[in-house]
Amino acid sequence: MTERNRYPGYDVLVKRHSPSWNEATRRVMDARLGVPREPRFLSRIEWDTLVAICDRIIPQPKNRPPVPLAAYIDQKLKADARNGFRNAALPPQRAAWQIGLAAFEVEAHQLHGKAFHHLTTAQQDDLLRRVESGRIDAPAWGDLDAALFFSEHIMGDIIAAYYAHPTSWNEIGFGGPASPRGYVRMRNNRRDPWEPVEAGPGEEARVGRENRRVR
Amino acid sequence: MYDNPLTTPRATHGRAPDVFHPGGWVPMREYPQREAVDFVVIGTGAGGGPLLARLAERGYSVIGFDAGPYFRPLEDFASDETSQSQLFWTDERLVDGANPLKMGANNSGRAVGGSTVHYAMVSLRFRPEWFRSRTLLGYGADWPLDWREMWHYYARAERDLAIAGPVSYPWGPKRPRYPYRAHEINGAAEVLARGAEAMGYQWSETPLATVSAPRGDSPSCVYRGFCRVGCATNAKQSQLVTYIPRALAAGAEIRDMAMVGRIAVDAAGRACGVHYHRNGAWHFQAARNVIVAGYAIETPRLLLNSATDRFRNGLANSSGLVGRYLMTQSNQAVYGVMDDMVRWNKGPPSLTITEHWNYNDRKDFHGGYCWMAQGPLPVEWSAAMSTSRRLWGAALREKMGDYNHQVGLKMVGEMLPHLDNRVTLADETDRYGLPIARVTYSWHDNDKAMIQHALGEMQRSLELVGVRDLWRQENDTNHLAGTARMGFDRETSVVDADCRSWDIPNLWICDGSVFPTTGGVNPSLTITALALRTADRICVQARTGEMRK
Repeated sequence: MTERNRYPGYDVLVKRHSPSWNEATRRVMDARLGVPREPRFLSRIEWDTLVAICDRIIPQPKNRPPVPLAAYIDQKLKADARNGFRNAALPPQRAAWQIGLAAFEVEAHQLHGKAFHHLTTAQQDDLLRRVESGRIDAPAWGDLDAALFFSEHIMGDIIAAYYAHPTSWNEIGFGGPASPRGYVRMRNNRRDPWEPVEAGPGEEARVGRENRRVR
Repeated sequence: MYDNPLTTPRATHGRAPDVFHPGGWVPMREYPQREAVDFVVIGTGAGGGPLLARLAERGYSVIGFDAGPYFRPLEDFASDETSQSQLFWTDERLVDGANPLKMGANNSGRAVGGSTVHYAMVSLRFRPEWFRSRTLLGYGADWPLDWREMWHYYARAERDLAIAGPVSYPWGPKRPRYPYRAHEINGAAEVLARGAEAMGYQWSETPLATVSAPRGDSPSCVYRGFCRVGCATNAKQSQLVTYIPRALAAGAEIRDMAMVGRIAVDAAGRACGVHYHRNGAWHFQAARNVIVAGYAIETPRLLLNSATDRFRNGLANSSGLVGRYLMTQSNQAVYGVMDDMVRWNKGPPSLTITEHWNYNDRKDFHGGYCWMAQGPLPVEWSAAMSTSRRLWGAALREKMGDYNHQVGLKMVGEMLPHLDNRVTLADETDRYGLPIARVTYSWHDNDKAMIQHALGEMQRSLELVGVRDLWRQENDTNHLAGTARMGFDRETSVVDADCRSWDIPNLWICDGSVFPTTGGVNPSLTITALALRTADRICVQARTGEMRK
């Protein structure tokens, strides 16, 4: 399946040494791009389930390196970096994730006799929707409010990890880091030369050439 | 090697970071712990910052404590939403009630300068009637303050923060010209303007605390649009680059990475110092007076955590109202798509505003609201989209592709004070062993009526200018207030008009928590004005001998 590429040729990382990136930004983005691709907090089983869930929450095209979403969740759990608040109906995030991932496994085995990551994508989506709406069976959920876990963590954490990655910025045409240069042209349909051009249908080749000059 | 301000205090050994020069330092006076200083100020945000500067400038010995780091914006701030969550208070707080609050980004800071380091810089005055909303408008509670006096302090705050605003502001009584010219508006802000005009409402450039021309060591704003995760150029006139440097120059000390866990009270029932955690150990700082400026969660938490045998329900709490009447502001939005290439992330996020419904009383609910243009960055935007529209999977990625065509309007609305919206202590403890806050919040009928009214108005405004694919973000809230309200007597309030607690004469509370009502505008300028007034009142009381009573 090929999907429309709205900003062909645009790569926000090209601006790494431009006046749009300061040293703090380079330091942070190097760490983000260098995230270890294997679990350091979660168990192997939890990790496999998480990778499969991430693939459904943010399905990624095959023609580019994937954003390692599970790695960012694992990193967040390892550091126990929290959001500053917790719904009183949920346990702390590490426990919430561990209970939740285990419960996904139990549900998958009960419904299909297989691990979650071995289900078809349709089966995975169906199970995710059940959890999203709180239609769950397994006692494995215990006191964990499944719907709340889905919105706060499954959606909240995974989606935030994706849109914090330069690959997603290329996809949506976000200018990305912008200090100290900032922007000059503030009005509609005005583009600074360090912002990408959007391609209409059939314009991909020409726009791709233009976007390769964005820096 | 990068010195990490989150692990090691920077304001030590007689110097504090010079926020304007990479690697630079400014001299800082230091006070011995055992000798009582005139004032300890807990919190260095919109309340604490002006107090530190003004009290130090009047010759008092003052120490400002902050639980957070002393950032150097030029060196520490990346253009990045995720890593810049280092500016938010991310220690756990429990939230419950019918409408649990989201904490963190929108409503709390943990840094020298407080949440002004990451605020949207919107600097608005209250409508005068809000200071007497019970008497004049029939809801909430009156403030024990005269709006004309506040008008004077607003003007001073606007000068101190070099607010960039329009030549004449359309609403409210006359005010002086804003010190700096208004910022150029972006495409997203123009949509608000055209939508307001289509409805026959007035609009204005939003008065903002980011400079539109150089000011001292602050360069003109470069419109990078990462304001809400910290300004990396120092154009933003946060406390960190305004009142705090003034305070240091006048002889104040700042103790960064210093979490105050308890206010000590002597045998006479007066505050005598603070127990604080810094560099891995607990310390005690003696003080003749204590001012709490930790905002609507940490202020009541500290007062409650400071309970003694004599003050069993916490300090300053004979009324039982510490932690009560918590208010947030409704922050609902309507978003949509335009054919134009808008790129709403360019420039400060809220460049235009209409306060129409703050000043018009022909409505079937109490309180007011404004709405402003929007320009969220991708992480925040994806969270709004995915939670409000229940989007994930391919559908979410598809809709996110419209990022550069997106526009939106977001309200800041006045929620009314209710006794049962409150901050209490939970059983869980934090990294210092202190009980964490439980924040309980439920919307009431008036709040819901206002939200629906605002959503309808904002939607109509966008429809009138041809924005399509409209949808509503129904669940967002932002700024906080209440929990240590000021009032006319000790039975129905925690502090008096001077922000001085009724129970303990040398204990002040000066931040958003003293607000009896929260108004329909962002609170920071009012907090700043209130702090400037409080500093003046303290000086007057010291001169007349009232301080010793």
